[in-house]
Order: sequence, then C-alpha cells, then structure tokens
Amino acid sequence: MYKYIIRRILVFIPMLFALTVIVFTLAQLAPGDALTGQSLADPNVDPEVYEQQREALGLNDPLPVQYWHWVSSAAQGDFGDSLVFNGRTVMDLIEARFANTLYLGLFSLFITIIVSIPIGIYSARRPYSLLDYGATGFGFLGLAIPNFFFGLIAIYFLSIQLGWFPAQGTLSSPGAAGFGSFLDRLHHMVLPGITLGLAGTATYMRYMRSEVLDVLGSDYIRTARAKGMTENSVLYKHTLRNALIPIITLMGFEIGVLLSGAVITEQVFQYPGLGTLFISSVTNRDFPVVMAIALILGVLILIGNLLADIFYSIVDPRIRYD
Amino acid sequence: MTQNPLLDVEGLKTYFYLEDNQVAKAVDGVDFYINPGETLAIVGESGSGKSITSLSIMQLINKPGKIIDGTITLEEENLLKKTGKQMSKIRGNDIAMIFQEPMTALNPVYTIGNQIMETIRKHKNVSKKEAQERAIELLRVVGFPRAEEIINEYPHQLSGGMRQRAMIAMAISCEPKLLIADEPSTALDVTIQAQILDLLAEMKERLDMAILLITHDLGVVAEYADRVLVMYGGQIVEETAVEQIFENTKHPYTTGLLDSLPSLEKDMKRLGAIKGTVPPAHSFPKGCRFSSRCPHVMERCLESNPDLNEVESNHKVRCYLYN
Repeated sequence: MYKYIIRRILVFIPMLFALTVIVFTLAQLAPGDALTGQSLADPNVDPEVYEQQREALGLNDPLPVQYWHWVSSAAQGDFGDSLVFNGRTVMDLIEARFANTLYLGLFSLFITIIVSIPIGIYSARRPYSLLDYGATGFGFLGLAIPNFFFGLIAIYFLSIQLGWFPAQGTLSSPGAAGFGSFLDRLHHMVLPGITLGLAGTATYMRYMRSEVLDVLGSDYIRTARAKGMTENSVLYKHTLRNALIPIITLMGFEIGVLLSGAVITEQVFQYPGLGTLFISSVTNRDFPVVMAIALILGVLILIGNLLADIFYSIVDPRIRYD
Repeated sequence: MTQNPLLDVEGLKTYFYLEDNQVAKAVDGVDFYINPGETLAIVGESGSGKSITSLSIMQLINKPGKIIDGTITLEEENLLKKTGKQMSKIRGNDIAMIFQEPMTALNPVYTIGNQIMETIRKHKNVSKKEAQERAIELLRVVGFPRAEEIINEYPHQLSGGMRQRAMIAMAISCEPKLLIADEPSTALDVTIQAQILDLLAEMKERLDMAILLITHDLGVVAEYADRVLVMYGGQIVEETAVEQIFENTKHPYTTGLLDSLPSLEKDMKRLGAIKGTVPPAHSFPKGCRFSSRCPHVMERCLESNPDLNEVESNHKVRCYLYN
C-alpha cells in the first residue's frame, strides 16, 4: 500500500517537470509580450524605450536561461512581479483569487455529488421509471448546454426575474465577517456553483446509474442475496463500494474540469477567481501571471489524479498489490 | 415416500415476460421432493430450466422473471408465502447456495473472512470474535491449512478452486438443511473438480444436510447423487434412482445424454450427440417438447405433451413410448 503511494508520488515528479516545460514553451510561443499588450502598447512611446525595458526585464535572455530563472524562483513560490498591475507580485494577485476559485470548485463538486449519486442509485434501482427518464433527460440537457449559456439563463430567471440569488461577486458587503458572511458567500456561490457543476452532475449521474445497474446484476450480488443479506446491506455494503470505483477515477479528472470550467463560469458571473484573472492576464499579455496560473492549475490536476489513485487503492484491494 | 420430505416442490412455474408479449416458460410445472440428507441431482442441457428451478427455490428470480404458480414447502412451511424479510432469514441459514463461477461469486472488495463472518452474524447471534473464530474453523474444515491468514485475504488472491472452497465454507457456515449447488465444479480444472465434489460429499455427511446438485455432467451424477431428475424444456422428463438412470434408461432424451458421454466399455468410433439445440423457452413445439429432436417421434408426440407417469416403481417418465 505505502509502496504503491510512494511509486505514484515518484511518477509525479517527471510529470511536474514536463508541465513546467510545456507551460513555459506555450507562453513563449504566444505572440507578443507584456510590452506589446493592449493596455500598454502606446504608439506615442519610442520603441527604443520598450527595447530597454525588455533588456532590463531579462526578456532578451536565451530561452533556457529564462526558463531556469522562472523555474528556480517558481520552486520557491516566487513567480515574479505582474507586468500590468504595478508593483504587485504574482503570488499576491493569485492568493487573493485562489481561495475564491477553490471554494467555488469545492461547492460545485459538493452539489454535483449530493445530487448525482442518489439520483444515479435511484435510477439504477428503478430503471425505466418516471424519475429515471426525467434524470436521463436532464442529463442529456446538462451535457448539451454550454456552461456560459446556462449561466446566462440562470442569471436571467433566478437572479433578475425572481431575485432569489445574486448574479455576481462573492459578497454583498465587503469586509463583513462571521457566520453571516459565510452564508452570504454561499448565497453568491449558488448560481456559479450550479452552472459549473451542471455537466459534471449529468456525467456522474449516468456513470452511477450504469455502474450500480452493472454491479446489481453481478454474481457476487446474487451470492450476497443467497446468503440472506437484506436489500439495504446488498445495496450499501456490497454494491456501492464496487460502483464507486470508476466514480473515483472520474473525480480525479473532475478537479481539472472544474478549474478549467471555472475560467468561463467566473467570467459570466464576474466572480473574482483565478479564471477572471487568467482571462484578463491573457488579454494584457501579463505572462508571469498567465504562466503561474497555468502551472498552478496543472499542479492541481496532477494532485487530483494522485488523490484519485490513492483513494482508488483504498477502495479496491485489487489495485494495491500489483 | 416413507418419510416427510425436507423440501417439496409442487407445480412450480417460473415464467419470464419478455418484450413483444412473449412468455418464456423457463420452469413449467415441476414437482419433486428432497429427503433429509439426500443428494438429488437435476440434469439437463443449458436452457432446460435447471438453474431457474434452483433460483426459484431461493426466490432469487430477477425481473422479468416471476414465479407464477406452485408451492415450495420446506419442513411444512410454504416458502412462497413468506415475505422478503422472512425469506432473507431462510436464505443462507436453512437453504444455502453455491454457484458455478467462483471467480466472480465473491465480492472483490471485501476479505474472505468479512464475507463469511457477515453470513454468520446475519443468522446467528454471535459476537464479532466468535464469528471470526467460526470462520477460521470453517476454512480449516474446507481444507485451508493457513486459515488464519486466508480470512484476511481478498478473493483475487485465491485460485478458482480455493475460491470455491471459500464459497462452500460460507454456504455451510450456518449449517443449512439444504445446500443447492449450481454446477459447482463446471468452471474448475478437471483435477480440482473431483476435490470440490468430494468436499461437498464430505460436508454433507458431516452436517447431515441434503444437497440439490445441478449439473449437466452425468459422470458427476453417477458418483455423487442418490436420485436424479432429468429436465428438458422446463419440465421433468425422467425421475428415478441413480442406478436406474444408467441401467434402465427410459426417456429418449436421457438416452441421448448418455450416448454423448465417452465410454471405455463400448467400442465407439464417434460420440453420439442429440441433434439440434434446446428450443427457446418462448417457442416450444406444440406436442412433446422433445419431439423436434427425438429419434422415436410418433404422430401423437406432435399433438400433445405426455404426462409424467410412474411406469415402474420409483421411476417416472414423460414419454408416449411407455404408455
């Protein structure tokens, strides 16, 4: 078991290295740099000045040197300064947004699981029932509707027409503290959270349904019934653990999907998270920020997969001893 | 019948309601009994209804199947009148069952010990520790020398034969009165098959339980059974003591089954075979269900299905050749 986990962590290291190379290369391949970005490219400024700036910022160094500078300081948690927000470090910018995105992601995952797993189980126990058909219909709808479009519809009906939920932001009154502000935060997260989790909910529901159906038809469930287990024990002890194995794998990927999906959803809801920062940094060619966010998202996806592998080995004994 | 049977099945009908309003009569009017401590074998090809008969006794028939008629009496009590909850107290306790596929019949995510102890604790009021001791003892009885370690192992760590032993340990854990063994050795290596069947016979002696042995292997029947039922098309076609079935074969279907066995005594160039396959359970021929494959088919066989008649003492046959 421990051997397995250690092996997974060792595999993590070359992947991390590859990730930094890819992030760096992609940033280099993108046209332009911070000094040609929209907000800064002032035609009245002498190009000579820009060139001096480039030299000063190290943008003219050979690529391997630039890469080394970036990676070695990134390893110490220093992603440099933002080229657009004067004088603010990248870490500073990200820190403020990271928590927001993380809360949104976790909240969305929570909704996804709370909704999809029970409905999936119910659908499997009563296949072709009214609720099963309803869930299937909702599932296809959820997968088919793009995030941003669903977000807009949700804002129009639930926020503007009915006024149940706020349409944007994270807090009604900044600076509030205590339990009230926690509830306020949750209230603000409902619409983006549902929007973000919509596709995932549909996917999990379908997976759960087919997995539970599959397991319920298996030989060992017949054995469990043949030895007198009650339906509850058959379902919750013998079926669920087996049916959850593929769901756990899915969840590892889901972390990445949530974070990348957040880029669009946050934009729609003007939610101050990593996604909105990412988009504005891309338009401003603020590469230190772009690279840092890309790297952080990449690392989170790697961690998600690592966690999935570890949970997987806990749930399924067949994995541990390979 | 000199004594009260342990299990008495009368007029059992289990139908499957398929799409297009077709009805598959998988078990269609089956009567038999099992005496305490007796081994009764049910023989037949795939699709003859033998497994569905055994699952009907356990009431483990899944949709779209349904037991639509008959009585299944275990020690004077009609099991078909029991509620689901009452039935779950009988399964595993009074009647236990082992299956054909030991590779998939155990839950892959729980240890062998967990799965045996679960059965014991469901039916007997014992502590976890007592259940564990009992599980170890059972595993030792079914032939695991290192039983203390096996209880902590997972099914994937055991071979097919070992898993079937573990299944047997689980099945006998509450000392059932009847053990249903549905092709218990079919999926195993030939060398292991005999070991598993010998183990079953040994457990039968030890616990004085009856065994309902479902098989398609007449060799197994000859060696382990007391009486035998031959099933075809969801019905019993021949029923007699095991010696009779080999020495005094009546039904053409049974003859066909015996001819398809290799024999050392007879000088055979080719193995016999019954031509064709079992007709699907939703489209049996109009008359005798075996008529489409029977070498002795007569006109009346195509018109009506014969009854199961006792043609000699303790020997019943469903065939017009004998009445």
